[in-house]
Amino acid sequence: MRVAELVMAIVLAIFSLAIMFKASELPTGWIPRSGPGPGAFPFWLGAAMLVCCVAIIVRWWRRSSPPSRSEEPYFDSRSWHLFLIGAVPLAIMIGLIHVIGVYFSLPLYLLYYLRFVGGHKWPLTAAIAIVMPIATFLFFEIALRIELPKGFTEELFYPIYDLFY
Amino acid sequence: MVEIFQHLSEGFLIAFTPLNLALIIGGCVVGLFIGAMPGLGSVNGVAILLPMTFLVPPTGAIIFLGAIYYGAMYGGAISSIMLGIPGASTAVATTFDGRPLALKGQADKALIAAAVASFVGGTISVVLFTLFAPPLADVALAFGPPEEFALMILAFATFIGLGTDDIPKTFLSIFLGLALATVGLDIVSGKPRLIFFDITGFYHGINFLVLAIGIYGIGEMLWTIEQSKGEMVVTKAQVSVARTMDALREIMRSMKTMLMGSFLGYFVGILPAAGATPGSLMAYGVAKTMAKDPKSFGKGNVDGIVAPESANNAASTGSMLPMLTLGIPGSPTTAILLGGMVIWGLEPGPKLFVDHTDFVWGLIASLYAANLFAVIINIAFIPAFIAVLKMPFTILAPIIYVLCVVGGYAPTKDMHDVWLMLIFGVFGYLMRKLDYPLAPAVLAIVLGPLAEASMRQSLIMEQGSFAIFFNRPIAGTIMVIAIGLLLWPLVTLIRKRISARKTSG
Repeated sequence: MRVAELVMAIVLAIFSLAIMFKASELPTGWIPRSGPGPGAFPFWLGAAMLVCCVAIIVRWWRRSSPPSRSEEPYFDSRSWHLFLIGAVPLAIMIGLIHVIGVYFSLPLYLLYYLRFVGGHKWPLTAAIAIVMPIATFLFFEIALRIELPKGFTEELFYPIYDLFY
Repeated sequence: MVEIFQHLSEGFLIAFTPLNLALIIGGCVVGLFIGAMPGLGSVNGVAILLPMTFLVPPTGAIIFLGAIYYGAMYGGAISSIMLGIPGASTAVATTFDGRPLALKGQADKALIAAAVASFVGGTISVVLFTLFAPPLADVALAFGPPEEFALMILAFATFIGLGTDDIPKTFLSIFLGLALATVGLDIVSGKPRLIFFDITGFYHGINFLVLAIGIYGIGEMLWTIEQSKGEMVVTKAQVSVARTMDALREIMRSMKTMLMGSFLGYFVGILPAAGATPGSLMAYGVAKTMAKDPKSFGKGNVDGIVAPESANNAASTGSMLPMLTLGIPGSPTTAILLGGMVIWGLEPGPKLFVDHTDFVWGLIASLYAANLFAVIINIAFIPAFIAVLKMPFTILAPIIYVLCVVGGYAPTKDMHDVWLMLIFGVFGYLMRKLDYPLAPAVLAIVLGPLAEASMRQSLIMEQGSFAIFFNRPIAGTIMVIAIGLLLWPLVTLIRKRISARKTSG
């Protein structure tokens, strides 16, 4: 926990510096008749964040914030396991949306999670994995007319569009 | 006064159109389920479901989300009582006495007490809301950019002065939210700002929903899954009409506590940093000190259930008061509602009461209705909500993740935002593990564009002098209160040091 506290503060400090650096590419001073330059607000916010990070690091050094005193591990093996089976497949699913589109990656993801993480029976898994994408399609594409990304599977949907429009 | 009744009756006409009525009932049911599920509360429900409201007009959308907000406040009590795990942070105090009562075999009494108290708290606060909102909006109509900016500073200052989180981390959270809000094209100069690595997705800015769904959808699920350990035991509840009537008679004796909880919750709810969670904890504390037999608290005292439950519902209405009248949200949930208004094309603030009376009064009237439906649905379908508690997380989690991904894509139709949402979710989870408060960041990303615009306009008015925030009577007063709140932790620290020195010397 102690190491994590320091690392997080440093990461955030680097991010604050990045904001300040990016903001200073634009005028940060006073521009007559139009007020503060466009970079001013983000620049000073970045500076303020940096001050906070320094304060957090000082408190870490003096051990005055709870996480900097905690002896507990930031991630034990159980938390790691739960985090990885949650976040990594989610990232893979989002990545797959670019290739095979929403309507094929959603069922794959639901199949993985319900069947292999949850250990649910096939009928339930299949039901949710089929109903969710269909409901999503009807809601977004038909009712809201928001087209969700379909990757190379776009062509497969032309007959379905013809059906509705 | 007459005018208020006239507006309110018009509001009821709007709220009772078939579509809106269906939205109220639907919202209550969804809210009750979300509230009942351990770990998920109103803020998660509103964040994840906001993109789904694009289907209906803004008035219907806010009515639906308002009903979810209400329903979730009722539903939170269900898992507090039946599982001993708060259904939402707002229902933490309900576990103190609700759980012991359920273990004594009187789960039904505890559930009914929670529902009735929620109804009383909700109704009283909506009445207060109806009376306070129009005059406050009238006052706020005279506000210029300096006053608006001062109010936003005050909103952030409450997190520092009244919050219990680590102070540098709270500040960081506020600044981070504000900084993320500046990404994209600058409104005044039209120049692109903070386009990291020249990724084009940053040009349209970071939609607040991306951060809100990231934190309250993905981050919250990661967090809840980690926190939930082992098998949960659901207490059995006996439900019958005769027992319900008996319970109601006993609960009516706690009316005084309910009234106290309602008023306390309402006023605590108005403050941005406080909201329903501290409001309900405070009400529990007050009820305990007021009681003739404080020792029975924690062992299943009905007063210990009704106090926090009336307070958390009252606080949720209270937090809508500044949101509607001033454009300053009183809680993370209302921050998301406020952001929603911007997406629906409305300008939040007192002008809503002049330009969009149907929206404002439709919402207010719907709160009366939502309150009534929530209590009826809650008591009538207790067994159904208990069944929800038995639903395994491995079904809920993937469905929520899927809703987050699709909902994160919908507002901007850009996969860039979905990736950003995942990053925010994971980072939010990692930061939460280190006690970083995240609600201020969500509030800040919603208020950020408004805060920057009002600050820049104010500064132009005075040729760049910050004196403008102090030499106008209203802005000056608000600023002084805000600065007082910002310095408050310092004052308490010094007092502690002095008293520590006295005792040691």
